[in-house]
Amino acid sequence: MPPDVVLKNTPLEQEHLALGAKMVGFGGWNMPLQYEGILQEFDYNRKTVSLFDCSHMGEFLIEGDLKTSGLDGIITQTLEDMPVKTCRYGTMLNAQGGVIDDLIVYKIADEKWMVVVNASNIDKDRQHFQAHLTKSAKFQDVSMRTAKLDLQGPMSRDVLNQLVPDIGKLEYYCFDEFDLLGQKVIISRTGYTGELGYEIYYPWIKAKELWKEILKNGNVKPTGLGVRDVLRIEMCYPLYGHELDETISPLEAGLKKFVDFDKDFIGKEALLKQEKSGVKRKAVCFVSESRRAPRSHHKIYTCDGQEVGGATSGTFSPALERGIGIGLVSAAFKIGDKISFGDEKNKNSADVAARPFYKNGSLKN
Amino acid sequence: MEIIEHYLYTKEHEWINVEENIGTIGITDYAQSALGDITFIELPKEDTEVEQFEEFVSIESVKAASDIFSPMSGRVIEINPKLEDDPSTVNKHCYTKGWMVKIEIASMDETSNLMTAEEYENYLESLEH
Repeated sequence: MPPDVVLKNTPLEQEHLALGAKMVGFGGWNMPLQYEGILQEFDYNRKTVSLFDCSHMGEFLIEGDLKTSGLDGIITQTLEDMPVKTCRYGTMLNAQGGVIDDLIVYKIADEKWMVVVNASNIDKDRQHFQAHLTKSAKFQDVSMRTAKLDLQGPMSRDVLNQLVPDIGKLEYYCFDEFDLLGQKVIISRTGYTGELGYEIYYPWIKAKELWKEILKNGNVKPTGLGVRDVLRIEMCYPLYGHELDETISPLEAGLKKFVDFDKDFIGKEALLKQEKSGVKRKAVCFVSESRRAPRSHHKIYTCDGQEVGGATSGTFSPALERGIGIGLVSAAFKIGDKISFGDEKNKNSADVAARPFYKNGSLKN
Repeated sequence: MEIIEHYLYTKEHEWINVEENIGTIGITDYAQSALGDITFIELPKEDTEVEQFEEFVSIESVKAASDIFSPMSGRVIEINPKLEDDPSTVNKHCYTKGWMVKIEIASMDETSNLMTAEEYENYLESLEH
């Protein structure tokens, strides 16, 4: 990143430095890449509990009737039949059907919504909402006063239970308001790791107290963006800027189930056209035959050496002890098909795999 | 950062321990720490001829891939067989059990292109500023 770009800090920057974190620029933010090391932090998440600072992510509050506010037409996911206190994952598109961002919608009340978006997209997302919401909608960007701590891992319920006694009632992809250290806050049972976990939306200026209080529990360890990326790739969850961007449609990305063709939304016409003529590219997940990992600059080839696309993400998978990757390819592959990844000089064999790579998570426990 | 007194060093953070005409090669503490958890190492075949500062080992950590350059020219006579199954040995013991390749050194002149331990220590300090 050029030195003249000033990175934003979350309210926990000093805490990360005190814990010895290696920091990295991500989406315009100065974020912890790792504390003890990615493999150690991987074990904390998959075996006990890990704590992520995700205060960089964006939160918008929207008030108004779902249809007349214009909100329904911005999001591809079905929102009309959503019960209060539930969350849904979806996307918002440009007119060409490309993904402006992927997001999670929270229905707080019949006419009140929270939309959680990617840190790197906050500005353009806000502009998109403001351009397409009607005058009847009230829109607020509360990103810079809302911290977000993600508590993730098989023991996360037990840990949070000590601070929030009735957290056990929260079902997967549901949320509620809870009293937490004297603050009334939204906690949802959601995450990005494939394990049982919670996302806590907390006042920015109080975030340090919550961070410290949670880490008093010896079973909880801080974890950084490095392992977060490994965990999400093992789950084949897309990351904006890799699997998704404004030239990739949700149909190409394999996110069709988050698109509701029974309603109107921005980009629908383009998607219908794509659906009719068939998508020209498709997301594919693959496992390396060795520990060598695909990288996002790698190309993807058929087994007879024909270039058919490129990797969008790749990492070593500690769960599989193999390299794993996600790519976008122009050919149709079945699970088990042989492909290779790399460059003209160095090609590595891999098998097309079913999503997700990691199947034994505590996500729905 | 740990540095071994009698080894020689490159700017790319490789070390070589020269004994008679045999050079044992690995990466420094600084390099292993910067790479993070090492997950894969591809070593050259025995009898491969390498030039000084030519890439001859590829190494991967969880999130990155990089090349290792030979500190001196020579012929590969032995590779560390343990690294295929347990590449993390390089993280734990980069100067001892985590050695990568032994070469038969072609020309001792080339040591003049390398840094002593003291020079390498100063070099590391200069990187921090």
